[in-house]
Amino acid sequence: MAERDDFDIIGKPLVKVDAAAKVAGTTVFADDVVLPRMLFARMLRSPHPHARILSVDVSRAAALPGVVATLVGRELPIPFGILPVSQDEHALALDKVRFVGDPVAAVAALDEETAEEALKLIDVDYEVLPPVMSVEDALARPAPRIHEYGPHGNVHKEVSFDFGDVAQGFAEADHVREDTFFFEGNTHLPMEQHAAVGSFGPDGKVTLWSATQTPHYVHRALAKVLEMPSSHIRVIACPNGGGFGGKSDPFGHEIVACKLSMKTGRPVKITLTREEVFYCHRGRHPVAMWIKTGLKRDGTITAMHFRSALDGGAYGSYGVASLYYTGALQTVTYRIPRYKFEGARVFTNKPPCGPKRGHGTPQPRYALECHIDKFCHDLGLDPARWRIENTLAPGTITANQMQVRTIGLKECLEKVVAASGYGDKRGRLGPGRGIGLAGSAYISGAGLPIYWNAMPHSGVQIKVDRGGGVAVFCGSTDIGQGSDSILAYIVAEELGIRPEDIRVVTADTDLTPVDLGSYSSRVTLMTGNAALQAARRVRAPIFEAAARKLDVPVDRLRAGSRRIWDAADPGKALTFVEAVVLAESEVGTLGAVGSYKPPKSVAKWKGAGVGPTPTYSYSACAVELSADRETGIVRVDRVWIAHDVGRSINPLLVLGQVEGSVYMGLGEVLMEEQVFRKGLHKIPSMLEYKSPTTLEMPPVESILVETLDPAGPYGAKECGQGPLLPVIPAVANALFDALGVRIDEVPITPEKVVAALEGRYRGPRMPDVRYPETVAVPPLEPAAPATVQETRR
Amino acid sequence: MDKIRIRLKVNGEEREVLAPVHHTLLEVLREEMGLTGTKHGCELGECGTCTVLVGGRPVLSCLALPVECEGREVTTVEGLARDGVLHPLQQAFAELGAAQCGYCTPGFLLVADELLRHNPRPTRAQIAEALAGNLCRCTGYLKIFEAVELAVSRMGAAAGAAV
Amino acid sequence: MMRLPPFRYLAPRSAAEAARILADNGPEAMAVAGGTDLYPNMKRRQFTPAVLVSLRGLPDAARISANGGLTLGAMATLTDVAQHPAVSLRWPSVARSAGLVSSPPLRNAGTIGGNLCVDTRCNYYNQSEFWRASIGYCMKKDGDICLVAPGSKVCWALSSSDTAPVMMTLGAEVTLVGTGGERRIRVADLYGPDGIQYLAKKPDEILTEIHVPDRAGWSMTYRKLRRRGSIDFPILGVAAAARLGAGRVVEDVRIVLGAVHTSPVPAPDAEAFLRGKVLDAETIEMAAGIAYKPAKPLDNADLSYAWRKRMARIEVARALRELAGLPTGDLPPIL
Repeated sequence: MAERDDFDIIGKPLVKVDAAAKVAGTTVFADDVVLPRMLFARMLRSPHPHARILSVDVSRAAALPGVVATLVGRELPIPFGILPVSQDEHALALDKVRFVGDPVAAVAALDEETAEEALKLIDVDYEVLPPVMSVEDALARPAPRIHEYGPHGNVHKEVSFDFGDVAQGFAEADHVREDTFFFEGNTHLPMEQHAAVGSFGPDGKVTLWSATQTPHYVHRALAKVLEMPSSHIRVIACPNGGGFGGKSDPFGHEIVACKLSMKTGRPVKITLTREEVFYCHRGRHPVAMWIKTGLKRDGTITAMHFRSALDGGAYGSYGVASLYYTGALQTVTYRIPRYKFEGARVFTNKPPCGPKRGHGTPQPRYALECHIDKFCHDLGLDPARWRIENTLAPGTITANQMQVRTIGLKECLEKVVAASGYGDKRGRLGPGRGIGLAGSAYISGAGLPIYWNAMPHSGVQIKVDRGGGVAVFCGSTDIGQGSDSILAYIVAEELGIRPEDIRVVTADTDLTPVDLGSYSSRVTLMTGNAALQAARRVRAPIFEAAARKLDVPVDRLRAGSRRIWDAADPGKALTFVEAVVLAESEVGTLGAVGSYKPPKSVAKWKGAGVGPTPTYSYSACAVELSADRETGIVRVDRVWIAHDVGRSINPLLVLGQVEGSVYMGLGEVLMEEQVFRKGLHKIPSMLEYKSPTTLEMPPVESILVETLDPAGPYGAKECGQGPLLPVIPAVANALFDALGVRIDEVPITPEKVVAALEGRYRGPRMPDVRYPETVAVPPLEPAAPATVQETRR
Repeated sequence: MDKIRIRLKVNGEEREVLAPVHHTLLEVLREEMGLTGTKHGCELGECGTCTVLVGGRPVLSCLALPVECEGREVTTVEGLARDGVLHPLQQAFAELGAAQCGYCTPGFLLVADELLRHNPRPTRAQIAEALAGNLCRCTGYLKIFEAVELAVSRMGAAAGAAV
Repeated sequence: MMRLPPFRYLAPRSAAEAARILADNGPEAMAVAGGTDLYPNMKRRQFTPAVLVSLRGLPDAARISANGGLTLGAMATLTDVAQHPAVSLRWPSVARSAGLVSSPPLRNAGTIGGNLCVDTRCNYYNQSEFWRASIGYCMKKDGDICLVAPGSKVCWALSSSDTAPVMMTLGAEVTLVGTGGERRIRVADLYGPDGIQYLAKKPDEILTEIHVPDRAGWSMTYRKLRRRGSIDFPILGVAAAARLGAGRVVEDVRIVLGAVHTSPVPAPDAEAFLRGKVLDAETIEMAAGIAYKPAKPLDNADLSYAWRKRMARIEVARALRELAGLPTGDLPPIL
C-alpha cells in the first residue's frame, strides 16, 4: 500500500475542507461563540512575582451593580496540571502566587467592562516573598521554595544517564571539544488570544467551548477539579487561531469559565488580552547547554556528553517532558555510539514554560549543529560531508535506545547542499556574506500518552448515509494545520468518494472518539492510521455488496470519484450510493470504528518514555545571509529547506507547514525573546515582542523528500514542527561563514554581533548545576528488533 | 453607560445601532452587529488582525470609533463575496493554502483587495509592502503573496476578457 | 479585550472652538486627530480624558497645497502626505519619513500633525495599568521616579516622531490656534524640555498647519532605525538636508536626530563643522562623530542603548553619505 502512486486524492494539492469558511470569515473561533444570557468574566492577577496570599476579599466587587458572581481560589481547591507528576496548578491561586500574572480571583458580570471595573474592588493581602528570576538564582536560593515538591530547593527535576560509558569513549578520542550554548526563551504568539465559554445547563451538565489544542486533556482536568463525572462534561475545541503548543495545557481560565457558569446558571465567556496570553505562556524553555564530543581524526564520534539546564518558570506544565526532550533526540540523526545526558529543570517566578513547536528539541539541536560545524572546523572536515557520511542507517537503535525507522536525512542534506550550492559558496561568498547548513530530526507523535494508559491514542468513527454522505468523527483539533482535511482525504480515498462529500466532526468530547490532541506532531500519523482502519472496515460491506452485484471478485474492484468499477472492465460499475444502499439493505446500518496506538518502544530505561515515536521525520536547511560588519545587522537572504515527510498526503498543506516552520525558526534566531526585568515580563505585547513582518521573510525553496515509512498512513510522517529545527543553527553557521564570528546564543542580535566583531563577546556560561548520580543504562539485548517493520495493527 | 445612535453603512447596508461612543468599530462590528468575521489580536494597533476598510482604505478597527466613520462605507470580510460567490482573492487564498488557521485572513484579504483596486499588477515587493502591517504566525507569508499574485492574474484575465 | 475608558466625544467645527473646549475643560479634555497614538494609550490608561475633542471636523484640516512652499493640513493622513506627488518630488524626506511611520493601515488613519505631537515613549510607560501597578509607577504617569534613570529628576521618555526631525532640517513652521489667538512657531520650538513636558505649546493650542519652505537645490534624506521594516517605532531617526555647491562644497546643512532623547536633537556643531567644507568620506566621519554625542538613548526602547548610541554615529554618517552620493554601506537589497 505504501508504494502505490495511483491515488485519486492522496498526494494532490487539494483545497482544505474548511478553507471556504476561513476565507469567508465564517469560522467560529472561541471568542465568536455567543450564547443567550452570556456573562463576561475577567480575572485578577498577581502583581507580585512571589508572594503568599493572606486573604482575598471580593465583597466590594460582588456589590458592584452588574456583577453577577465572583470566584476565589478556595472555591476550586483541587490542583491540576497537564502531567500526572506535576499537578501543581490551581485555577485561581490558593495560598501562593508564583509569577506576575498568576490568576487570583475572577468576576462574572453583564459586560466585560463591568467585570474589569470590579477587579479593582477586590482586596488581596499579600506577604511578598523574594522572587527567583533565573536558573542561577534558583540554584543559589533553595529557600523559600516556589513549590513544595521536587528533589531539593527550587529544582523541579534532575536526571543523569550514561548510555555506554562515555569516559571510555573520550579516552579513545583523538580530539575532544566542548562548547556552551544558550537558547533564550520565546513564546508562541498565536494571532488568536485564548478564549473560553463555559455553560452549565439546567440538566446539570457543563459544556466548554475553548481555543484548546487538547480537548481530551482539558476534559480530564475539568472532571478532576469540578468533581464531576467526565460523562457530564462536554469539551468542544473550537478551531484554533494558531496554537504552536501554547494552547495545549488545561488552563485556569477554562475551569473558571465553567465554575462561574455553575454558580450563575448562565454561560460565561472569558477572553484573554494579549498581555494575558504572555502570562499563560507555556513557551520555549530558556536552556543553557554544554556539549562535549570525542572524535577520531576522521570525524567519527566516539562519545558525546550533553548537559542542559532549563528555566521552567513557575509551574510544571509539560516541563518534565521538556527536560527529557532536551536530551533525547541528539542521537537519532548521526552516529553517536556512547552518549551521556544530564539535565535539570528549575522553578522560577516567571510564566511557566511548556511546549512550543519542537518542544525541547530545537535548543539542543541548535547546540549540536553549531558544535558539529565547530569540530569540523577543528579537524578540517567539510560540514556537509561530515553530516552526510555520519547519518544513521535505517532501522538503527541509538545509544539511548531510540528506534529509527526510515531516515531521509542523507537525501535531505544532499538535496539542500545541491540546491543551495553550499559546497561552492562556503567561504567564497565575499565579505559579509555567508552560507550555513544544519540537519535535524523530530518525532511524528510521542510514543506515550501524557497519562499512562493502554488505550488508543486516536480513534475515528465513520458513519455512511444511504444518500452517499459520510461523516467522520475524531477527537483531533484543527489548529490551522489541516487535520480535519487529512481525515477527509484519507476516508475519501479509501471509499472512492470526494472530500467535499464528507462531514468532518472533530474535537467534541461528547460526540467524537478520543484523540489525545494536536501536539507532538502526532495528528496526521495517528488519526490518519485510525481513519485508514475505520475506512477499510466501513468499506468492506459496501465493496462486498458491489462485488456481488457486479459479479466480480472483490479484490478486482477499484473506486474513485463516487464510482466503484471492475478493474478488468471499467464499464462495469456502480455508483457509491448504489453500493451503499445495497450494503445497508444487506447488513443494516453502516458504520465502523478505527483506532491507533503507537508500537511499544524498545527502550528499557526510566525516562525513556520521552523520545520514542512511531517514526522520526528529518530535515535539512541551508541559509544564505548578509551581515553588516559596522552595525551587526544580519539579514537572511535565502533559505533552502528539505524535509523527509514520509509521504505528502497533501503537498500544499505540507509546504505550508514547512514554510511556516521556516518563518518561526527565523523569528526565533533573529528577534524573538522573552525578557524579564524587575520581576516581570518586560515586553508582553505584539509590538515589543518581535515577530517578523512580510518585509523580513526571504524567499524559501522547499524540497519534499518521501521515504514512504510504513509506520504512517500511506507512508506519511510529520511536517508541522520538524522543519523549524535546522533553520536556527543554519543561520548561526552562516553567520560564522559571513563574519568569522560565533554567537553561541539565540537570538542573534546586532549588539551581540558587534561585540563579537570587537572581541568583546563573552559567550554564555553554564549554570553551576549539581546533577544527580548517574544511572548507567545497560545496553539492550541483542535480540531487540533492528529492522524497519510494519507497525500498524 | 450613555449610548449614542450610530449609523454606519456596512458592506453596502445601512445599519443603525445603539452603543457607547467609546466602543471601537471592532467592538461594535463584533458585539452589536454580530459581524464576527473581523478578528482581534491585540486591540492596540500592533498586529493588523482587525483591519477593515473605511472609505475603501484599510484601517485598524480596534483604533477607530464608529462616530468617526459615519458617512463612509465600512467593508468587512463578510462584504467581499458577492451573492455567495467568493471574491477572486478569497478563492485564491483557499486554493493555495494561504489560510492556515485563518485568523489573520480577513485582515489580509481586505488589505489585498484595496491594493489591487489601485494597483492591479503589483510586484512581489509592492505586495509585501502593502501587507507589512499585518502579522501572520502560521504561513510565513509566502503563500499569501502567491495567492495575491494568482488573484491578480485571474482578475487581469477576466478584465481582459471583459473588454 | 482591551477597551477604551468612557468619554464624551465632541466634534467642533473650528480650531477656535476646539481650543475653547480644551481651555474650558483643562486636563479633563484631550484633542484627538487620527487616534492611532492616543487610543492605545487610553486603552492602557496612560490617559483617561473625560472629554475627547476630535479635530476631524475642522474645515480644510487635511488639505495639502504646494505653491512655492508646502502647506500641510495637520489632519492630512500620513499616507496622503507620503504619496502626494509634489511632496515626493520636492520634499522627499517629508514623504519618506511620513511613509515610514508605523504600518500601512495605521498611516491611513494617523495624521502628520499627530505624528509631530506624538507622545514620548518608554518601555516602562507604554504598558497596561496592571503592568505599571505591578512594577511600580513611573514619573511620567502616577509615580515619582524614572525607571530607566532612577537618580534622574526629569523623565527620560523618548521622542518617537519620524517626521519631526525632518521638519526641523527643513526649517518648517507650524500654526497653532489657541484661545489667545493664532501664532506661528518653528517646529524646532515645538518641543519641551523633558519626557513629560515634551511639547512647548499651551495645552489649549491646536496645531492646524505645517509650513515647509521651498527647498529647491537642497538634497534631503531621512533614515529610520527599527528592528523590523514595519510597525515598529523608531529607535533612532536621522534627518539630514544639505545644499551643496560645486565640488560638493557644503553651502548649508541641517542634521537632526530623532528617538535619542526626550525631543529631537539638532546637531549645530556638526553643521558648523561641515559648512564650507567638501562633503566627502572624511568630513562625513568627523561630522558624524560630533553629531551623535548628545544622543542619550536609555533602556526606554528596543535593543541596547549602547548599541543605539553607536548606531547614531553610523546612521548620521550614512545619511550624509546619501546626500553626497557615496555608497552608504547598507546591505544591498535581496536579489
